[in-house]
Amino acid sequence: MNAVTPFEGIGASVKRKEDLRFLSGRGQYTDDINRPGQAYAYILRSPHAHARIVVLDTAAAAAMPGVVAIYTGADTAALGSIPCGWQIHNKDGSPMAEPRHPMLAEGKVRHVGDQVAVVIAESRGQAKDAAEAIQVEYEVLPAAATMAAAQAPGAAAIHDGVAGNLCYDWHIGDKAVNDAAFAAAAKVVEFETTNNRLIANAMEPRAAIGEFDSTSGDYTLYTTSQNPHVIRLLMGAFVLQIPESKLRVVAPDVGGGFGSKIYHYAEEAIVTWAAGKLGRPVKWTCERTESFMSDAHGRDHVTKCALALDANGKFLGLRVHTEANMGAYLSTFAPCVPTYLYATLLAGVYTTPTIYCEVKAVFTNTVPVDAYRGAGRPEATYLLERLVDIAAAETGIDRVEIRRRNFIPTDAFPYQTPVALQYDSGDYTATLDAALAASDWAGFEARRQAAAAKGKLRGIGCSTYLEACGIAPSAVVGSLGARAGLYEVGTIRVHPTGSVTVLTGAHSHGQGHETTFAQLVADRLGVPVAQVDVVHGDTAKVPFGMGTYGSRSLAVGGSAMVKAMDKIIAKGKKIAAHLMEASVEDIEFDRGTFRVAGTDRTKALAEISLAAYVPHNYPIEEIEPGLEETAFYDPKNFTYPGGCHIAEVEIDPDTGHVTVMKFTAVDDVGRVINPMIVEGQVQGGVAQGIGQALLEAAVYDSDGQLLSGSMMDYCLPRAEDLPPVGVATHTTLCTHNPLGVKGCGEVGAIGSPPAVMNAVVDALKGYGVRHVEMPATPQKIWGIIHAGQRLAAE
Amino acid sequence: MYDFAYHKPTSVADAVKILSADPDARPISGGQTLLPALKHRLNKPTAVVDLSGIAELKGVKRQGDKLVIGALTKHMDVANSPEVQAAIPALAQLASGIGDIQVRNRGTIGGSVANNDPAADYPAAVLALDATVVTDKRRIAADDFFQGMFTTALEPGELLIAVEFPIPEKAGYAKMRNPASRYVMAGAFVAKTKSGIRVVINGAGPGVFRQADMEKALTANWSADSVGAVKQSADGLNGDIHGSAEYRAHLVTVMAKRAVTAAG
Repeated sequence: MNAVTPFEGIGASVKRKEDLRFLSGRGQYTDDINRPGQAYAYILRSPHAHARIVVLDTAAAAAMPGVVAIYTGADTAALGSIPCGWQIHNKDGSPMAEPRHPMLAEGKVRHVGDQVAVVIAESRGQAKDAAEAIQVEYEVLPAAATMAAAQAPGAAAIHDGVAGNLCYDWHIGDKAVNDAAFAAAAKVVEFETTNNRLIANAMEPRAAIGEFDSTSGDYTLYTTSQNPHVIRLLMGAFVLQIPESKLRVVAPDVGGGFGSKIYHYAEEAIVTWAAGKLGRPVKWTCERTESFMSDAHGRDHVTKCALALDANGKFLGLRVHTEANMGAYLSTFAPCVPTYLYATLLAGVYTTPTIYCEVKAVFTNTVPVDAYRGAGRPEATYLLERLVDIAAAETGIDRVEIRRRNFIPTDAFPYQTPVALQYDSGDYTATLDAALAASDWAGFEARRQAAAAKGKLRGIGCSTYLEACGIAPSAVVGSLGARAGLYEVGTIRVHPTGSVTVLTGAHSHGQGHETTFAQLVADRLGVPVAQVDVVHGDTAKVPFGMGTYGSRSLAVGGSAMVKAMDKIIAKGKKIAAHLMEASVEDIEFDRGTFRVAGTDRTKALAEISLAAYVPHNYPIEEIEPGLEETAFYDPKNFTYPGGCHIAEVEIDPDTGHVTVMKFTAVDDVGRVINPMIVEGQVQGGVAQGIGQALLEAAVYDSDGQLLSGSMMDYCLPRAEDLPPVGVATHTTLCTHNPLGVKGCGEVGAIGSPPAVMNAVVDALKGYGVRHVEMPATPQKIWGIIHAGQRLAAE
Repeated sequence: MYDFAYHKPTSVADAVKILSADPDARPISGGQTLLPALKHRLNKPTAVVDLSGIAELKGVKRQGDKLVIGALTKHMDVANSPEVQAAIPALAQLASGIGDIQVRNRGTIGGSVANNDPAADYPAAVLALDATVVTDKRRIAADDFFQGMFTTALEPGELLIAVEFPIPEKAGYAKMRNPASRYVMAGAFVAKTKSGIRVVINGAGPGVFRQADMEKALTANWSADSVGAVKQSADGLNGDIHGSAEYRAHLVTVMAKRAVTAAG
């Protein structure tokens, strides 16, 4: 075996192994898979936001050419509800409202895109033709497209028995202590804002193929999922009652998720169940238009908040009231996003001593809302970082200075916030200073004047953010309402001649796990990256796993692999001791070589693995043959990446168009395994953050029709919308996982929106603007400038 | 999409024959509008007549003081044409800014002009440059051709063959794109032509239209400031989630100024 080059271990920008197949068109996505004898499913979806189904007649459609079967809610009513994975409790201790989420509508539709019926036919075209022949008569009911409409007196009930369309009314923090802080404050700054609703728009739309083997009773589901084991658990145990041993879930190559592919969707259960009914594979592929109305959306908070300060600009208390849109049904993790992934982050990087947050989650006649890249943390960060800028403006304290005055100092770790979390490490002054220097913050005034000379309004803004990743000890999240553990699983299989297969529950759908994880093995076991294969995404191959979300794969999944490698090394030492006739205590291991301490007697890992599989000379009484170990790693805490993002924008006052001229990110993501991959992850996140700040909004009309229901009206960022994004890291190590890593997948989307919006408001300061809502579209900015000009003229 | 018959004639005569015989047949050139409509099942033609095999419909020719551009000439070919760049640089610039690179390599001038999408680019140039639309049956002046949203003077079965652009003294084009679709939200094409100064607005209204007050202002004084003093009324303009009628009205003046500056 070749000696590992030092460039492949931790810290090396190894090129992504998976890109060869992705860039040469040889990825294998769910829609690329075709099973013998498969039929095609097409879902008839509701055109109405809220309606009773008066007539649903499939007879004519069933007689159409090629139709295999048509199913409606009447056929699936006896099956389980699409489950929710997190239970929040109300202020009074009672559980949240958790109405049934049927696979197919049962007498009522609750959002445009709700599943009414499924047609299964020999071809996709025939299924569509037949769907057009289904007779549906709706009695249209008043729709609540917004949380305000859903909570208005007399609003129509979206679910029977859910009073006021309220899912839960939750809070965190000590209100009395908080009230006292506000009473004693020298200054209170109030702020109201909406965090705009987003649609993830992964490049690959969702797809699912169900298959049933009648001889064995085994089901297989191929699906576009970030976490196949979780889907197996949710669908098998809660919806279809199929034991795990009889259900295989495969998530092959997946073209982006951003959270939207975490959840168990009805279509997965429909094709699996239908495959069993029909005894043949059933394939469903989502079209883009369908994605807009059936993939879980993200964000959508309406918040009122206030910050109490003393005379020196020290934060004394934060008070937040948020309403969070759940959409029409509870998606898998929806209830925890505005609570434990949001309110617990409201301390940010600041020493605010008291925080009180109440959150009302509201049902509306819209697509379900769930986690989207960042999930709760972008909402908290946006709120906080805009509020801090407003506080700076209204106290007359420089916006960088007010942040410095309130930073948690480096000697305060571990730092206990007033909202449950305990931060382990960070250096917020260091990341701020590095970003200020990299962005030439000090030289900005000259750039503002140069822009003004060209008739442009230039602004600069920063955010000093913190987030929480790698969720978190299973016992803790269980006490907070999670219905699953949140550990991760890793298997290290050293083959007889020394190559390695890694089995991980952390699915990769763009993150580059196949490379990063191979580097962990290269670094610890000394096996070249080329000889390490990473297997993920198949419940028949990987022992178990909780999947990829919340920037957890490396911090939790990587740690499981480290634990498994440590077991490999421990067993290898016993074998090496036997082979070299030394005591186990005297065996040292370093990057692929076992050595008797203080001697030149060594055995390579490949010699040890060969002995383990060909145990002719082997301590067989003491240890078993083979060299494969599995470890479950349950995190001790969240990890806490943080840093500083700085955006510089120019506004064309004639059109209102905002251009991001420059973007600087300095992030502390803990130990960096592959700097190139980290840079890519940050840049991708920043692109989505700039999208939220300037471009993207899911807009419903008052009847609950999705106006931004296609790329014609939903504005995703394009390359030309994005500036060069300078990415740097400043590392403080995570203190509680073996790699010292924190996570980098979401920092870009979390830190950037407030940096951009702070820059936009800064650019408009000549117009007396206090705040601009996201997205800062040209029309909106023109409206502000126009109103300002009118004001000046009057 | 629904099933349809597919024809690929190699001459205008054959194409016209098929289209005349079947009122529900649809011609397709670059397919940038019809194909998405077919895929969404919004259009159910009996037959699709693919014009891409008709060589005589392609290419740019300079004929004296005019440019003749075949209906099947792609946006990219207009943008890159040395004849267009030399004679009417504003037209080459317009073509280079339509949609994205994929659209420009598929979409054609004939398809765009015949479709007359209010948010399309070409109709503004055709009207502002006082061009002539040539069909298999007749020649139609631009002023008579565009008749409001997705409506033109073309009769059923009539095929657009070419567009003849008289070469102007100067011309300029500026537009504000819809941030999402990148279609025109408000644009202005200004031209000093033999028949006078013409200012055409696209994107903002239900169809391209000449802006008479701006034409008057520029006739009196060809300058960005002169046209910039003319306010466009918001009455009758389009409004959507990206731009209200008032915003579009404002943009019309801004784009007209920029178009004059571009024209020089």
